[in-house]
Amino acid sequence: MAPPTSPRAEAAPPRAASPRAASFGEDAAGLGRARAAAFTAPALILVAVFLVFPALWTLYLGTTDYRLTGIAASDPRFVGADNYRDVLGDGEFHRSLWLTLQFVVGSAVVGQTLLGFAIAWVMRDRSGPVRRLVEGLVLLAWILPSSVIAFLWIALLDRDGGTLNALLGTPGTAWLLDHPMACVVVFNVWRGTAFSMMLYGAALGNVPPSHLETARLAGASTWQTLRDAVLPRIRGHVLTSLLLVSLWTFNDFTPFLITAGGPDGRSEIMSVYVYRTALGDGRLGFGAAISLLMILINLVIALVYLRVLRSRRAPGNAGEAAA
Amino acid sequence: MDFSRRRIGAAAALAMAGALLAGCGGGGSSTDPDRGKGAKSFSLTITRNAIEGGKNTEEAEWITTKVIPAFVAAQKAEGVTAKVTFRGQGVDDEAYKTKLALDLKSRSGADIMDVDGIWVGEFAQAGYIKPLTDVVGAPADAWDGWTKIPGSVQKLATFEGKRYGVPPATDGRVLFFNKKLFARAGLPADWQPKTWPDIIAAARALKKLPGVTPVQLNAGTAMGEATTMQGFLPLLAGAGAEIYADGKWTGGGPAVQQVLGLYAQIYGGEGLGDPKLQQEAKGRDKSFEEFAAGKIGILAEGDYFWRDVINPRTGVAKMPSRDRDVGYALIPAAAPGRGVRGQDFVSMSGGSVTVLNPNTKYPQQAFELLAFMNSPEMVKARTAGTPELTSRTDVNKEILAGDPFLTFVSEKVLPVTSYRPGLAVYPQVSTALQEATAAVVSGKSPRQAAAEYTKKLEGAVGGAANVTPR
Repeated sequence: MAPPTSPRAEAAPPRAASPRAASFGEDAAGLGRARAAAFTAPALILVAVFLVFPALWTLYLGTTDYRLTGIAASDPRFVGADNYRDVLGDGEFHRSLWLTLQFVVGSAVVGQTLLGFAIAWVMRDRSGPVRRLVEGLVLLAWILPSSVIAFLWIALLDRDGGTLNALLGTPGTAWLLDHPMACVVVFNVWRGTAFSMMLYGAALGNVPPSHLETARLAGASTWQTLRDAVLPRIRGHVLTSLLLVSLWTFNDFTPFLITAGGPDGRSEIMSVYVYRTALGDGRLGFGAAISLLMILINLVIALVYLRVLRSRRAPGNAGEAAA
Repeated sequence: MDFSRRRIGAAAALAMAGALLAGCGGGGSSTDPDRGKGAKSFSLTITRNAIEGGKNTEEAEWITTKVIPAFVAAQKAEGVTAKVTFRGQGVDDEAYKTKLALDLKSRSGADIMDVDGIWVGEFAQAGYIKPLTDVVGAPADAWDGWTKIPGSVQKLATFEGKRYGVPPATDGRVLFFNKKLFARAGLPADWQPKTWPDIIAAARALKKLPGVTPVQLNAGTAMGEATTMQGFLPLLAGAGAEIYADGKWTGGGPAVQQVLGLYAQIYGGEGLGDPKLQQEAKGRDKSFEEFAAGKIGILAEGDYFWRDVINPRTGVAKMPSRDRDVGYALIPAAAPGRGVRGQDFVSMSGGSVTVLNPNTKYPQQAFELLAFMNSPEMVKARTAGTPELTSRTDVNKEILAGDPFLTFVSEKVLPVTSYRPGLAVYPQVSTALQEATAAVVSGKSPRQAAAEYTKKLEGAVGGAANVTPR
């Protein structure tokens, strides 16, 4: 992003949104109702066209037997809640939900968060080439295009002539077939740790050095220091990071590039399952019903985190600024 | 990002949204077959799952270097400026199908496209493609090429008695085998199994060779339609049943269980096949490479495998010694006379169909180009490098004479072949069959896999009333 260059943007005084202004209906910006409406209209229209309308459309599609091809493509019938009943009773859906849970908990909540924090913690008072190198490598895993990365990982894990088998001296071990979920989880930890690392790196800057110093003088162990001096200060960041990473991971499609949901659906996480039913089998109505369930699950995740966040908000915390 | 640039971005997005909304209104495009007729200049696009330097590269090169220049020159001679572009694709068939369906649904896409013959029915039912007579009018039936294409091949492009396009070629399935490995295992170079146990016996002999997978019979979901077409359906025909007959789908009865039993025998305890290969996302491509490298004894595939996969010059897995080392045999019924229609040998055939996009601006010119692509000269040009079973009998007479393999397919395989039902639920049935084979490969009993298949089948085709317990 280029820094703002227009003089007006620079001259704009930093404004704290005052809660009073909202409650008394004052016009903080001084635009007037009509101008303010005109000002926000483009954004609202975009949101309506690209978010609200498709969401409602999905809701409608989920109640039909609409398909990609065949008679149901030209003349879909209304089937009411049948799709939802079928989805909820579908063994493949249950399996995919369970796999997604493993994927989110394993790679996002545990893997990326712990590894990201660990790197940030170790690097907190280092500077110079070592830090730049580590951060560069971690970031690289994050910003390279998925298709390139997937190709590299397939080459790494391949059964014949894969790099990993060459390194371990275990020719013929089919990692992607014997442990598809583990491979996908490890892959995603490797891929997504950068975000948590950067967030925690910034968060640790919030911890006053005097606190850490005091803890050290009082003879606190690392664990005690983390628990009593660091965590209270970065709680907001932790929750923000967990929320974002969980949602991203839940909806992530990249594992498809590595295992294609296979073998025999043993790594068919939710996004892959939707893709295969909606586009692979051409059952768009059914797929829409699953999508809606996915949205609901996303909402539940978000609500849980936000509830925890609100009840535990430490004062003066800039946790959600990262979002 | 500065303010003014952001405003431009928003304006552009708004304009896009407006265009999108206008598009959603979707006034149906004109259906007059004569629209755009006599235009002094026109432009057409051709698409198919072929791309230069990749999948089916020869076809892509044929379009860009032969068809388009010749067609443009012919139009120029009549004082018309034609602009024809080729939009190549090189993806999995399932992805290609999805793309076409979405293109046609949104009334966009190329003017001339290739679809798999099996998709004609479902695309027609969806209203994505229309009978040639509706799109083009009288010229469609007046084309002289129809007299050269046998009725059985025209069936590929026909749905409910109407022709939707022109099938450029057809194919057949056989058993390919590596003669070198056969010699080492003490098997004959002119191997022709007459029963399924013959195949198992040969596989057991090949099993003794180190580092060799005796049989590659496509199974599992990763191979997609290849499992159904190259594996399950020929065997089902060999067990005396068709997947769809007399308005009913074949359930998990004795025939299906017999086929799954053969899968269990190959991938079960004896290890006559490589079960891991059936699960890998790129398993089919890998099986090609392994066969080309002399690591697979017997492989069930279409003639496409010979022409485009292990072709010494243009294949994706080139096998320089193909003509010397690769043998081919008919797929036997479970036992002589036990196949479908009482046959001793069986096969499955399919093929692509070139259809017109009903939303084309220039239906007449598009059909002219379609007919031109299927003219004897162009078909000969297409097969100059690699002969294939074209749909035109006049061309086949010329080009198959020097090709023993294709002569074998056209004279021995095509007379005993069967076709898939072109119905919209077929892909789901196919998936259920793939899952049944996958279950057996991973150790389930054929009976259990067949029972699960029956359950899925009934769910897909609308209840037990449409399923035969055969």
